[in-house]
Amino acid sequence: MTDTNTKRMTYLDALGLAQREELERDPSTIIIGEDISLYAAGGAFGSIDAKRIRSAPISECGFAGMAVGAAMTGLRPIVDFTIANFIYLASDPIINQAARVRYMTGGQFKVPITFRASMWHSQANAAQHSDRPYPMFMNVPGLKIVVPATPTDAKGLLKAAIRDDDPVLVFEDNDLWGMKEEVTLDTDFVIPIGKADIKRAGSDVTIISVAGCLRHCLKAADALAKDGISVEVVDLRTLLPLDNDAILNSLGKTGRIVIVDYAHRTGGAAAEIAAIIAEDGFDLLKKPVKRVVTPDVPIPFSPPMEAPLYPSPQSIAAAVRALM
Amino acid sequence: MKNDIESEAYLRMVKIRGFEDAVTRLITAGEVAGACHSSAGQEAAIVGACMALNDDDYISGTHRSHGHPIGKGAELKPLMAEILGKATGVCKGRGGSMHLTDTAVGSIGESAIVGGGIPIATGAALSAQVRGTKQVALTFFGDGAVNEGVFHESLNMASIWKLPVIFFCENNGYAAVTPAMQTHGQPVVSKRAEGYGIPGVTVDGQDFEAVFKATTEAVERARRGDGPTLIEAKTYRFDEHCVGLFIKGNYRPAEEIELFKTERDPITLFRAALVARGMAEGALGDIEAQANKLIEDAVEFAKESPYPDPEEAFELVHANPIPIRR
Repeated sequence: MTDTNTKRMTYLDALGLAQREELERDPSTIIIGEDISLYAAGGAFGSIDAKRIRSAPISECGFAGMAVGAAMTGLRPIVDFTIANFIYLASDPIINQAARVRYMTGGQFKVPITFRASMWHSQANAAQHSDRPYPMFMNVPGLKIVVPATPTDAKGLLKAAIRDDDPVLVFEDNDLWGMKEEVTLDTDFVIPIGKADIKRAGSDVTIISVAGCLRHCLKAADALAKDGISVEVVDLRTLLPLDNDAILNSLGKTGRIVIVDYAHRTGGAAAEIAAIIAEDGFDLLKKPVKRVVTPDVPIPFSPPMEAPLYPSPQSIAAAVRALM
Repeated sequence: MKNDIESEAYLRMVKIRGFEDAVTRLITAGEVAGACHSSAGQEAAIVGACMALNDDDYISGTHRSHGHPIGKGAELKPLMAEILGKATGVCKGRGGSMHLTDTAVGSIGESAIVGGGIPIATGAALSAQVRGTKQVALTFFGDGAVNEGVFHESLNMASIWKLPVIFFCENNGYAAVTPAMQTHGQPVVSKRAEGYGIPGVTVDGQDFEAVFKATTEAVERARRGDGPTLIEAKTYRFDEHCVGLFIKGNYRPAEEIELFKTERDPITLFRAALVARGMAEGALGDIEAQANKLIEDAVEFAKESPYPDPEEAFELVHANPIPIRR
């Protein structure tokens, strides 16, 4: 039912609300992951039948594979990997099964699964808890990938992922969990997968923001505005499929482009975006494409070592200035 | 009723053997692209398991995928067309020999990732439990898959949640060209069940009746809500790992292969048992002729079918399509 009311809530609460709404809406939706019972006890899933809430053993590959079988036979599983690095343990069922079972069987199945992965970077968790693995999965045909960066987008995209009939990976920046804003209570509010959003309009330079880099991009845009530089910030929101039109349209307005991505430089999301621009937008460029990304080193533990590796408002602003 | 089951079982067993023989002939004639893995020799294990299931029960399987859907009752024409890469194939030419999947008979996928089908069937069992149907799922896997992590993870989760799933190991003694004795710390596969608090049983996989009985018990247990069973069917692969694969080196003795082919052929054994039980030679001959005709028709259908239009490669990637650049 359409509800025009909003409520101020965190990014994490928005994700929880999206899940609870979808579990209530569709009895074929189930959730599976480690420590799920703790959240269930806290009322995170309302009064949903316990059969649909599976607190799993530490067996990521096994329960992700089970989710594939469940999805092929009529359920709509949400798989919560807790920490994004754990998704590697389940890469076989995600890549070899979920992404291609439909194709390999000539369309005999649909595989409606949502894989949630929370990226715990920027918080001194060292290299095995800090990855931003989305680019690796961008190279897998059959998947869809969303990277919401605001509470509203988190709600709308997670709901879209759960309702989608294909496997969708939802990557959340864990340091966004506490971010608050007014979020719609409309239970049918979904954000279409594959649509970027212009979070700030501008005319001199385009910043393409990937995932949680958005906050830094908007801060950089504020600072640059004070110097008279008008920045357009395009929040991609979906990485597979990429909204090529949104990228090229903005580039058409500005002629200058900075891509900001938390992933490592080599083969990152920014690399694919730069390739699209080189192929389809070369004539629109007034200056070469710039990337602000994480260098190709494992994430170190010590905070003074970790922090400077990621894109920051300062490094983004510097990249923009270099194009002027 | 019992006679009906036995006749149907015999038909499915000879269909599998005849199908594999036909595929082997097509490979030899150079008409098949890619690799094919023959189920010949394992028919009693496959059909004994499938006959214990209902039509709407689920099965998942392996790269050695021809026998499973046939054992579950699939039509042969789309299977053979798939092996030849034709548009009329059961997977529309996207899967091939290692992935014969026919949802019409509850076959939910044959995985060429060893062990890949195990959690998928376990998940189908979870799905049946959540949806409140009385369906069960049976997953076929080889002795090699027992050493994959997902085997252990799936047995454990099926045990704690009492899922209606049957873990069915076709133990043919060799993972590709490596003897199971060299790779299994516990060579009795069914004993692995103990580690997960579920029943485990080893049966003679060349004996249809033994497999059918053990699987029927496991299916009843699963349908009652009492959870999974691990069945180890000791069987034998008559061909190489892969049809036409020339292996240098004596990884399995010639006498062993000969012994199984002459004395432990599951079809010969089942036929003799049926004759001993009073089934007429004529009736068995009719079944064999029926199977041969179905196979001939399937080969003809497959050969005459068109190849897919290459443009079709861009279709069926998603249920809810996204743009794909050419």
